[in-house]
Amino acid sequence: MVCAFPSARAAAQNPLANDPKAAKAGEYEFRINCALCHGLGAHGGGRGPDLTRAKKKHATTDADLFQVISNGIAGTAMPANGTNGQGVGMTDEEIWEIIAYIRSQEVKAPAQSGNAEHGRQLFSGQAGCAKCHMINGVGGRLGPDLSSVAGSRTHDALVDSIRNPSRRLAWGLTESSKEFAQEYETVSVTTADGARIRGVTMNEDQFTVQLMDMGGNLHLLEKDKLKSFSKSRESMMPPYDAESLSDSDLEDILAYLATAEAK
Amino acid sequence: MKLATQPCHSDRSEAKRANKRSCVIPTGAGAQATAKWRNLLFLATTALLALSAAAQVTSDRLLHADQEPQNWLTYSGNYAGQRHTLLDQINTANVKNLAAKWVYQTNTGGRIEATPLAVDGILYETGQDDRAFALDARTGRPIWMFQHALPQDIRPCCGRVNRGFAVLGDRVYLGTLDSHVIALDRKTGNVVWDQVAADYKLGYSFTAAPLALKDMIIIGVSGGEYGIRGFIDAYDAATGKLRWRFYTVPGPGEPGHDSWEGDSWKIGGAPAWNTGTYDAATNQIFWCTGNPSPSNRGAGRAGDNLYSNSVLALNPDTGKLNWYFQFTPHDEHDWDATQIPVLVDSGNQHLLLHANRNGFFYVLDRSTGKLISATAYGKQTWSATKDSLGRPLAKKEASPTLEGHTVCPGALGTTNWYPPAYNPQTGLLYVTSRDQCDIFSTAPQPYEAGHAYYGSAYFPSEEAEPYIGALRALDPASGDKKWEFPHTSPTWSGLLSTAGGLIFTGDAEGNFIALDAATGKPLWHFQMGGAVYAGPMSFAVDGKQYVAIAAGSSLFAFALP
Repeated sequence: MVCAFPSARAAAQNPLANDPKAAKAGEYEFRINCALCHGLGAHGGGRGPDLTRAKKKHATTDADLFQVISNGIAGTAMPANGTNGQGVGMTDEEIWEIIAYIRSQEVKAPAQSGNAEHGRQLFSGQAGCAKCHMINGVGGRLGPDLSSVAGSRTHDALVDSIRNPSRRLAWGLTESSKEFAQEYETVSVTTADGARIRGVTMNEDQFTVQLMDMGGNLHLLEKDKLKSFSKSRESMMPPYDAESLSDSDLEDILAYLATAEAK
Repeated sequence: MKLATQPCHSDRSEAKRANKRSCVIPTGAGAQATAKWRNLLFLATTALLALSAAAQVTSDRLLHADQEPQNWLTYSGNYAGQRHTLLDQINTANVKNLAAKWVYQTNTGGRIEATPLAVDGILYETGQDDRAFALDARTGRPIWMFQHALPQDIRPCCGRVNRGFAVLGDRVYLGTLDSHVIALDRKTGNVVWDQVAADYKLGYSFTAAPLALKDMIIIGVSGGEYGIRGFIDAYDAATGKLRWRFYTVPGPGEPGHDSWEGDSWKIGGAPAWNTGTYDAATNQIFWCTGNPSPSNRGAGRAGDNLYSNSVLALNPDTGKLNWYFQFTPHDEHDWDATQIPVLVDSGNQHLLLHANRNGFFYVLDRSTGKLISATAYGKQTWSATKDSLGRPLAKKEASPTLEGHTVCPGALGTTNWYPPAYNPQTGLLYVTSRDQCDIFSTAPQPYEAGHAYYGSAYFPSEEAEPYIGALRALDPASGDKKWEFPHTSPTWSGLLSTAGGLIFTGDAEGNFIALDAATGKPLWHFQMGGAVYAGPMSFAVDGKQYVAIAAGSSLFAFALP
């Protein structure tokens, strides 16, 4: 089938643009290859951005999308075509079908309702987010860097992460992309000299653990030299219920994250 | 040094052929062996020095591979598929001193999933993108390298990987991602013959290590995600001429054809993408098959879909079917049954052990194919009842839905292609396993030649997190789990059992680990810096036992100082 698309790679336009049949075929391809992170309806999730947004961070034109799907995005969890362990890899034709499907799902982004400036104040002040989260080089280190989180997580996933951080720790990926698997589990250890350390895992294997404590200190430990080791999926992040963070304040913080991400 | 204490197995005539002081491999839990393997190792090494490097790997040597434990002559170490080495220089007492001896890097991306072969001091290994190489087993220095010229437009399912060579005579044999079977000269890597088995543009490929048997090279095809029609081929090792082909989906007029709705058999899948085992006593090969196509949608292919997800007992001389056993009829969860079928004798029972991707550990009588037991060895939600023959029955509500719902195990299965090991001393089968559940959804995806054909999708279910990975030791007599070694995360490592009382495994975090085969206690580990997707093996050169395994795109060898 590839020979039917001799200039596909060079094409700036999708040869299958606005073809409903191609978009339908693209939906099946999308489910197999993309839905793990981007959700069944391309609405995104805890791992990947909502692709129904007309404005995308890493791609504007169809040619951009083709390049992103083919080669992945360095420094992110977006893998090159055929390397993610899901699906079988796609032909050029199938990639164009997926692009036709994504375009068919696009909707205008809803207007951002929150007050970003108030959100910034909450983030670095009263709500205490910046104690553990960094944005554009400023803030704490214990939790994930949130500089680009608004682009890679859906609104609903972010709300859920704030309201109920332990329900789902940071979304790890399958082992083929293991370098992105940090899940920020909570670890408590007692060292040989009796010191107790509590923190989040930076990494872990069968015999060692690399953790960061509340003070931002790294501890590089061998498990067989510890007096105790326990791991919990109860997040160190406190849950923010509606009493500690109102719905409108939460929307303000999300608006701030969106502006930070847009920079 | 630990000495084997069991007497020789007496009821196998081939037991004492080449070396009167050595024993045949105990193939069964009840098998006994008195050999002092240290002495055997010494004798074998002495014999090696006397051999010229041109020594042929005869079919007789393959049949009696356990008489030369310094070599690793087939994918699973011997025809029984036990992946158990009789070398015991490295044992539970001294394994703590094990050290890396060399590393061979392919210096490219992708990963090695193959188990190397060891023949008289030379390792033969295949790697990603159908590359291959021969190494000095003592130093890891390459003797030759080979890479098959793959077309640009191949799209193999699940990685551009290869799982290893077969060796026979003065050649090694591999299957390729564009469906070629190729014979290479063992001394140079030169191509001796190159046979095209199928059209890669329709989704056919080879990833499995072939099985060399008698004067044939036997290999099963991959491509269950493309709506292929699966087959197992036997080639004349000398010429590359096809001797026979067994289609794993029966055609019109053949038994089992009526287990397919309409024309669905034409694109029925049932690939045979792993290596089979062989029982000389009954002259049967045991070859396992994968999912029917499309993997996650049963509508349109009503029926049991024979011989998908089955073990086939074939006469290797004719390719005719003696019997079959289907583990997962009418599969809708991608539970390929392509795990290595392990042959074990226990008392007067001739068993086939199969820890299946669907979460059940099956014990069959390999003479007849009769089921002896089926016991869950991991988390499963798809079956609550068994039929009158003891086969687990699928719940109706386990079928994928349009919206998607959670079923355990997930599509990756309780285990997968990575080889298990059997230790005759403990009588246990060791299995790398995973407890993960997936959301299975379905959609009426049309078949299009050469395109991925899943009938929709699956992905990990958050309901069942975190996913558990563990090495499990299973007792074939009871089906029970004797011990479990939990991994930090699920691994794709195969296993090696040793007469030194050890089980070797690798993990997703890059560790190579030795455990006590009796207890599961970890005794040694080494961080290799790359996730393991391969099976370990063992060999000896100059009287020194080595253990080798691939991690990432490199091959590592370890020995005592």
